[in-house]
Amino acid sequence: MNKILYSIVIKEFKHIFRDSQTLVIVLLMPLVMLFLFGYAITLEMRNIDIAVIDYSKTPQSRRFIENILATDFFKVKHTDISLNRVEQLFFERKAICAAVIPGDFAKNLYKNKRANIQLIIDASDPNAANYIKNYFNQISMMYNSEINLQFGRLFSVEPRIFYNPDLKSDYFFVPGLIAVIVLLISALLTSIAIVREKETGSIEQILVSPVKPVQIIIGKVIPYTVLAFAISVSILLFGYFWFNVPLEGSILLLLGSLILYIVTGLSLGLIVSTVTDSQQVAMMATLLLTILPTIMLSGFIFPVKSMPTVFQYVSLIIPATHFLEIIRGIMLKGNTFFDLKIQLGYLAAISILLIALSVKKFSTKLE
Amino acid sequence: MSQSEYAVYVENLSRCFGSFKAVSDVSFKVKSGEIFGFLGANGAGKTTTIRMLCGLLMPSSGNAVIAGYNVFTDAEKIKHNIGYMAQRFSLYEDLTVKENIEFYGGVYGLSRKQIKIKTEELLDYLKLWDHADKLTLSLPLGWKQRIALSTALLHDPGIIFLDEPTSGVDPESRRNFWTLIYQLSGKGKTIFVTTHYMDEAGFCNRLSIMKDGKIIELDQPKVLKRKYNANSMQKVFMSVIKGKKT
Repeated sequence: MNKILYSIVIKEFKHIFRDSQTLVIVLLMPLVMLFLFGYAITLEMRNIDIAVIDYSKTPQSRRFIENILATDFFKVKHTDISLNRVEQLFFERKAICAAVIPGDFAKNLYKNKRANIQLIIDASDPNAANYIKNYFNQISMMYNSEINLQFGRLFSVEPRIFYNPDLKSDYFFVPGLIAVIVLLISALLTSIAIVREKETGSIEQILVSPVKPVQIIIGKVIPYTVLAFAISVSILLFGYFWFNVPLEGSILLLLGSLILYIVTGLSLGLIVSTVTDSQQVAMMATLLLTILPTIMLSGFIFPVKSMPTVFQYVSLIIPATHFLEIIRGIMLKGNTFFDLKIQLGYLAAISILLIALSVKKFSTKLE
Repeated sequence: MSQSEYAVYVENLSRCFGSFKAVSDVSFKVKSGEIFGFLGANGAGKTTTIRMLCGLLMPSSGNAVIAGYNVFTDAEKIKHNIGYMAQRFSLYEDLTVKENIEFYGGVYGLSRKQIKIKTEELLDYLKLWDHADKLTLSLPLGWKQRIALSTALLHDPGIIFLDEPTSGVDPESRRNFWTLIYQLSGKGKTIFVTTHYMDEAGFCNRLSIMKDGKIIELDQPKVLKRKYNANSMQKVFMSVIKGKKT
């Protein structure tokens, strides 16, 4: 029994290393993906195009505009335009908000102790609109306290932010991306492994031999675990050194859960490969099964807690849901094994289920 | 003779794919040490039959006993007693000759020492020492087929199933291949072979001709020639397929 398994494992390793082209792609693709997506996916907003219409043209209004210019959040694109041009600017996407300082701004500021500035926002992206509104409010609050020193605020909230004090979205997304990429790569690797033998016909020669399905499956999982682990460690290092994502918790716990997660991904690929007959179909099915649910339903971007109840249940069977909590927990919060035992339990249960299913599905007969 | 004394004993074996009956009610017996030929046009049901006998396909009905074991109940035991060579070259092309032999030796549970001895034996025999470390991808088809046959023999099976082993192979290699088959038969191994080539059909001890999933003729080549009053197997085959009897 062990001898047979050993022979299969050795053979699979040879397949992996002999196909150097695929090996290079498989090793480099995740790094490239992490690099590109690490920059592309961000929730931080910068360089918002704003139009400023200053009817006041006083030192007071200019000082306010300087306050806007001082941030890297807003970029003043248009000044001295007429009010009815604003909508056209929105249409042409040349600005997504406009501040209008009325002509009596300075006068009101000193005479009536109350002046208004109008902010017009293009809310076709409501999330962005909200950000803009809040940011603009902050600028005006600062301006208020600058020009009105005796106007002290009664109380203020001093936020103390844990785990990601700079609120960097890299810290949130890079571990998430690692979760997506590792699952995708591991599932892809194995989904092709069995289907390739079906395509070349070598599966027939294996099936007439006394090899058992479980030996074939385990024999394929072991080498690909090693390969996927090497890939995962490389992107983890990349995230740590390039994106400077912190590692607060134990590295051993992280690597351990990574192996468990890899096995989950590999077994997902195995299931696909036992039911498909061509490498293309296997690849498409794997992409569909891993990327979509992982990005949409796992909490990669959208918090699971704010999903409809049905989807919250669905998210439980998605491996990435649990791994995201694990990897963010370990890297950002310094979670220990005991904090994560439920998530690890879920992952283990999903892998065992998937492997059992693929052993059962793997038929020793041709159809 | 009882069922288990035959190397291959087949009774009313059928296999359907949906409503299509690929093999219907096939019966024959093969004795130990015999070279048994299976002839027929493409799609006649040869490969389906051979796959059922090797345990790759489940028969829909009927009975088959291979080396004394029933295909329905003892499929695993049959696997240790048969060698099989598929129609398509199915060794690993990205492995070397030696690695292929080592892998299949391992799969059949041979010890490292046994594999070493067997490998040397085979390489001597096939005169492939110079190519032992080349990928099988780079070898000519005739060689590949001989390597495939040799690896199918690693675990020393009593019965060998060959599914069109010489299709696409040049005449000289085909002759070499059949020399190998004769040697094996001389060692007491039962050979079950399907083929397209009529000259090869003449080399078999007994021959069955399949058409549309049925065996329509089964006898020794010389008896068949006499029966159809033909001087070559080619003529016998054409007469049988057309259903003419003289």
